[in-house]
Amino acid sequence: MKNKSSGIWRPAATLEVLKLRARLLEQIRTFFSARGVLEVETPVLSTAATTDPALASFVTRYTGPRFPHGQTLYLHTSPEFPMKRLLAAGSGSIYQICKVFRDGESGRRHNPEFTLLEWYRLGFDQHRLMTETAELVMPLLASMLKLDAPERLTYREAFQRHVEIDPHTSTVADYMMAAKRHNIDIPKDLLARNDTAAWRDLLLTHVVESKLGQGRLTFLYDYPASQASLARLQPGNPPLAARFELYLNGIELANGFHELSDAKEQRLRFDQQLHVRAADGMPAVTVDERLLLALEHGLPNCSGVALGFDRLVMIASGARAIEEVMAFSIDRA
Amino acid sequence: MATYSTSEFKAGLKVMLDGDPASIVENEFVKPGKGQAFNRVRIRNLKTGRTIERTFKSGESIEAADVVDVEMQYLYNDGQFWHFMNPQSYEQLAADKNAVGDNAKWMKEQDVCLLTLWNGVPLIVEPPNTVTLKIVETDPGLKGDTSGGGGKPATLETGAVVRVPLFVQNGETIKVNTRTGEYLSRA
Repeated sequence: MKNKSSGIWRPAATLEVLKLRARLLEQIRTFFSARGVLEVETPVLSTAATTDPALASFVTRYTGPRFPHGQTLYLHTSPEFPMKRLLAAGSGSIYQICKVFRDGESGRRHNPEFTLLEWYRLGFDQHRLMTETAELVMPLLASMLKLDAPERLTYREAFQRHVEIDPHTSTVADYMMAAKRHNIDIPKDLLARNDTAAWRDLLLTHVVESKLGQGRLTFLYDYPASQASLARLQPGNPPLAARFELYLNGIELANGFHELSDAKEQRLRFDQQLHVRAADGMPAVTVDERLLLALEHGLPNCSGVALGFDRLVMIASGARAIEEVMAFSIDRA
Repeated sequence: MATYSTSEFKAGLKVMLDGDPASIVENEFVKPGKGQAFNRVRIRNLKTGRTIERTFKSGESIEAADVVDVEMQYLYNDGQFWHFMNPQSYEQLAADKNAVGDNAKWMKEQDVCLLTLWNGVPLIVEPPNTVTLKIVETDPGLKGDTSGGGGKPATLETGAVVRVPLFVQNGETIKVNTRTGEYLSRA
């Protein structure tokens, strides 16, 4: 017992992996510098938080000059909102490498705080940003991993290929049958709901994900509108979200959007998400009115993507768990 | 009724599953960045010994099982039950055939066994990893063994049959690994 606890001051990552982290960060900065993308920093602490029901923000409090009676502050789950305010203010294309914080997330691929690389490109649609994402990621891994040319799969193609259903037309009964075909035990909380997005996530996490990014980058794109998040919708039947995700070795690495710029639509989505939060008994959060003002002022046409840097290091180093690539993960923090 | 939320899941946690006590073997948290979180759990039914996979929506709760592991000394078998005593409290418990199962062949009086109790009743009885037992029957044969196994069967005082080297004789005591059923050495 004594031996076990006396080693707890040590990092879980080897020095070799920490050097790899530093090297990759340097390469990323060189990549963006060469393309004229500006590095920025935005606040970790914010008076507003994401309304996304899938994300839980840490909450803290500031008391002192300016707020003598105290002010609730949220730790950001991503730097998206202030970065969009910079874009609206005329920053041009920007990137940021920062720690983000998500309550309730800890596991083999999750740590409550982790490093995100997020960047926005003016004038890019989702496809152009996918191309650039591959141009960044492939050379970063080139010396460790031999990868074939990237593939792009629509969300529909991936579901048709791996779970034999159409994610845009399926009903809960269809999802249930697909789950049974693939021997997935169905959580009882899910049975009671008509939440098709949660059913798709069940199939995605249990069956589809492990098939993606095998020996190559796989971009999943054109998401169902109900999972648009902050992406704009593309006209069509059904309308699909201009959203993509990058997978490698079955691991979700990045999430990108052709960014929604319509302030009215954004407020509507915030309100809908607040309703879902309330119905699920999640804490209410303060909506980011400053983002909405920025969108009203005008967000330039752009696409943005956030990439989990620690997971990239996991793949580059062959780590099985995220703590192997962090100096001090939550159990040693 | 005590419950555990998915946040409390970890290997070794004892929970109720479909009315049976079960032990979590492995717990994996999976979650798309902007999606629903799940706990994928491998879980062993302590009554049947079967391990299955279950998925919970993160945040769900599951009933706790009143299961504890205690070390107890094996006293005797009355033909139906195996009787054990807690060496600290002198409390005695009887385990039935379901709990002892195949491990009966390793059970020797005075040995300290690990008992898994559910609501105070023995559910699983595990003998020590290594037991020292006397050979009651084995061929005297020394040379000319052509079985290829490089050994011979020996019946032990508890009824277990293990393969032993040719030089080991009737009446000797030997050490045996109960997990693999393999001879380790002369005692």
